[in-house]
Formats: sequence, C-alpha cells, structure tokens
Amino acid sequence: MNLSVRIGSLTLQNPVTVASGTFGYGVEYARLLDLNQLGAVVVKGIRLGAVHGNPTPRTVEVASGLINAIGLQGPGVDGFIEKYWPFLSGLKVPTIINIWGTTVEEYAEVARRFDALGGVGALELNVSCPNIKEGGSHFGTDCKLLSQVVAACRKATTLPLITKMSPNVVNIAPYAKAAEESGSDALAVTNSYPAMAIDIESRKPKLANVTGGLTGPCIKPIAIKLVWDAAQAVKIPIIGMGGIQTAADAIEFMIAGATAVAVGTANFYEPQTALQVIGGIRGFMQRHGLADVREITGSVRVN
Amino acid sequence: MLEQTVQIVSNERDTDLYFRLVVRAPEIAPLIQPGQFAHIRVLPMSDALLRRPFSIYQVTADGFSILYKAVGKGTEVLTRMRCGEELNVIAPLGHGFTVQQKTGSVPLLVAGGYGMAAMYLLAERSPQKGIVFVGGRRRVDILCEKEFRALGWDVRVATEDGSQGERGLVTQPLLAELRRDIINRKLFACGPTPMLRAVGRIADEFNVPAELSMDEHMCCGVGVCLTCVIPVKAGGHWEYQRTCTEGPVFDSRQVLWEPAA
Repeated sequence: MNLSVRIGSLTLQNPVTVASGTFGYGVEYARLLDLNQLGAVVVKGIRLGAVHGNPTPRTVEVASGLINAIGLQGPGVDGFIEKYWPFLSGLKVPTIINIWGTTVEEYAEVARRFDALGGVGALELNVSCPNIKEGGSHFGTDCKLLSQVVAACRKATTLPLITKMSPNVVNIAPYAKAAEESGSDALAVTNSYPAMAIDIESRKPKLANVTGGLTGPCIKPIAIKLVWDAAQAVKIPIIGMGGIQTAADAIEFMIAGATAVAVGTANFYEPQTALQVIGGIRGFMQRHGLADVREITGSVRVN
Repeated sequence: MLEQTVQIVSNERDTDLYFRLVVRAPEIAPLIQPGQFAHIRVLPMSDALLRRPFSIYQVTADGFSILYKAVGKGTEVLTRMRCGEELNVIAPLGHGFTVQQKTGSVPLLVAGGYGMAAMYLLAERSPQKGIVFVGGRRRVDILCEKEFRALGWDVRVATEDGSQGERGLVTQPLLAELRRDIINRKLFACGPTPMLRAVGRIADEFNVPAELSMDEHMCCGVGVCLTCVIPVKAGGHWEYQRTCTEGPVFDSRQVLWEPAA
C-alpha cells in the first residue's frame, strides 16, 4: 500500500501534515506523539525579526470552531534557527517552514535565509493571515502582489514553495493560477476565515484584536468547496485543510482534489488527531481496495 | 506530561456552584507538582471543542482531584458527569510553585476563592507550616478551610460581605500580618488578576518575594497556540510568555501587567 505523495520535489511518507500555527515548532508535541509518523511538520509563521504578537484575549471558542488573532508571535529567523532548528533538523520527516514578511523583499530574504540553512523540506508562503496589519492577507487577496511574492521567493530559493491561499476572495481560481504561474510548487487551501465574536453583556468584541480568523470543523464544508475550485484551476498539488478532525474529513478533502491534507485546530484539543487520520486513511484504502493513496485525489464523481 | 483517558471516581457538589471531581489516574498522580494543572476534554460536549484547564487540588497514589465552579458550558456539562464516566486528560502541565527548603522562608499563601485549591499541594508539601489568607465574596466562596487547618496551617478568612471572617478584601489581613513581621517571609498567590496585582504591589512595597499563579484564558494548554500569554520582563526587554508553559506561576517581579508600548 503506497501512502507517499509528492509536493514539488519533496516526498512525504504519507499525505497527513499539520497546519502552521497549530503545531508550534513541533517540539512542544514531541512528548505526546511520535512526530516521525507524520507526513511533515509545519511550523508557525516566521518573518525576519522577532514579533510580539497581539494583546490578549487572542482566541475565542465558538460553535464547532475557534476564532484566533494571535498576530504571528514568533522568534524571527535567527531565533528560530537557534532555538528550534537543532530539534527539527533531527527529525526523520521533513519540516515545512511557514514564512511571511511585510514587503516582497522581506519574503524573498526569509526564503534565502532558509535556503542557505540546508535541510529544510519546503517553504510555505503565508500570504493569508487575517490578523496582522501589514503583510499577510494583503498579499493573498491581490493577484499582482501575490505573483510578485511568489516570483521573488522562486528566485530566492530552489526549495519547494507552497502558497497558502486566502479564502477571502470572490473566486480562488485566478489567485491559484497566479501562484502556479509564478513558480509555486503547490497550494495550501485554506487559511482562516475573517470572523468576529461579541460579548453581549459588555458589548465588547471577544478578541483584543476585534476580529480574527475562524477555523475548526465549522469551516470544513466551505474549505472543501475552495479545494474543489482550486483543483479545477491548477495542475500543481493542493494541501487541503479546514476543520479536519477525522480520517473521513481528510479523505473528503482528497476526493475534492487535495493531494495532501493538514490537521489544524484539532491539534489544540486532540494532539493525536493526525496519527488517527493516517490510520483511518489506511483503513479506507483497505476497504476500497486501493493500492495507492493518490487514487483518492480528485476522484469526486460530479454527474 | 501524559495524555490519558481517565475514569471519574466521584464528582460532588461542595458548596453553591462549586464541585469536587476525583479521577483515577495512577500514572499521572506521581508526576504532579504544586501549582500545576490538568487540561481536561469533557467528551460529551459536541460543539464546544476545546479542553478546559483546571488547577490540581489534592493528589493521592491513585489519582487527583480538582475543585471547580460551574461557570460556563464546559463546567456545566462536567457537573452532570457521574462516577465511572470518562474524561480525557493531559496532565500534569505548567510550571508550578517552588516548594520551600526546610531552612527557607515562612510561606504566606494568598488565595481568592477556589484559587485556594491550587495551593493545597504546596501547603501539604511545604516543610514549614505558614499562614493561608483566603478571600471571597461570600461565605460559600471560602472552600477548603478545613483541609488547610487539617494540615496544621493557620487560615485567615476575609469576605466582602462579612459573612465569614474579617469583612473586606484578602489583602487586609495580609497587610496586617506583614506589618507585624516581614522577616523571612515569602508570598504565594492564586486568584483573580486584580488580587494578584495587589499581592504583587504588596510584595514590592514590603520587599518580600512572591510567586503568582497567573490567570489567562487558555486554549491548547501545551505551549503551541500562544493564546494564554502575559507580558513578562526579559533582560532589558519584554516578551509574551505562555501561562501554560513558562507559567502559570511567575515571580511577581517578572510580571509586567500591561504590554510595554
């Protein structure tokens, strides 16, 4: 039974990864699960310098979901390399580093730094974070800027590039095509949806940042549709994510067109989820007599 | 730290909205240090997904207990769970209180309401007996007085409505004690943020060390999501640190209370 998939030049031993920002830098979960069983570890977004992030409260639980406005708190490239790379580079599975910047040049510079580091599995370009004023979704909701970011990173590195798409567009197809044409090796679909929650007694927003990004099982059906839309538009592989809690959820994303998947918010309440999903995909393949996991991708029967 | 599905041994009302829950967890119990917490997934909740963090109250060889207040969705569902039912637990978590050496300072514990439960293990494991100051709004908010007295500790109660002990805030009897004697004293506190802030100020004023168990809304509980951060002094700068990992217990001199500009 083959579970391995390819994302550009990178081979994953199975299609199950984790979503950036829901898995820290891997080391935090190392005591609770065997990271070497994952398809890849995807770390929280890194820009050139250290970032404080937003004031608290930073997250709020809503029906079947979570709204977050962390604000990409992080140690910056140097802090990441010093604090976390010794651990991550010792893993048997690839590390995908999520990167961001406030300018096209910063994205490219971060890409160059990680290219020079050696041993990185792939870079995920975060052009879709809704919680920061500069950078983030600003780049993911403007086709021209998106192309510039991807092209600049393409020039800066030979590492596989995954563009993490914003869901906050009327039609994802032109954005998906722009990323593909500018040299992206894959798409990650999708980031969180802009959202808000208010305390009715105090009439204050429940997040210090006022608004945040919605994730968790409540977004799954809209994320499935986005993956389906993106899969119609491009030939490069798609990593599908949005509310995956079970193998059935992951398989649904793959049938819609995803080559690989990422477990996100579920990590926060059930750290074993990704491993359970891998086991469940094996079971599905056995039940359906599938020899290769890639047979699932894009197998949706429309009419 | 372990993730385990554990069985409820008992789950009974203490006073008013407060409940004591005991679980069987023989592998987790020996790992627990004073001031640590358990992150509990209340499985019967369908649309509320996150775990709920609870300070650990008492520990036996077989398991541990928590003392909780029914205040929201998670805790209300929890009150209806019975002996024999299961919970999923990640524990013990967090950086707790420093247990004093034999020759160390006399511990003065300051608790707001059920914050007292989080300090029981510290009192139990402390080689020298001290004083616990506990405050609450009403008589029903004063919870484990009997248990602390059974450890041989001096308990001083203050309630805002005067229904038990001194009328007023918990900081009043604490100030009176510090004015009487501050030699070789150390403060430990757990309770609502305004109380912790007041204790921090008092520690500064009397120049006594204080460890504060900080209360910040939590999500993953294991240091990943960066929800539960507080601003902390670090070298000449400041940074957000996680109350689930670097905390919940911080040295009061480290705590900034507001993010620097």
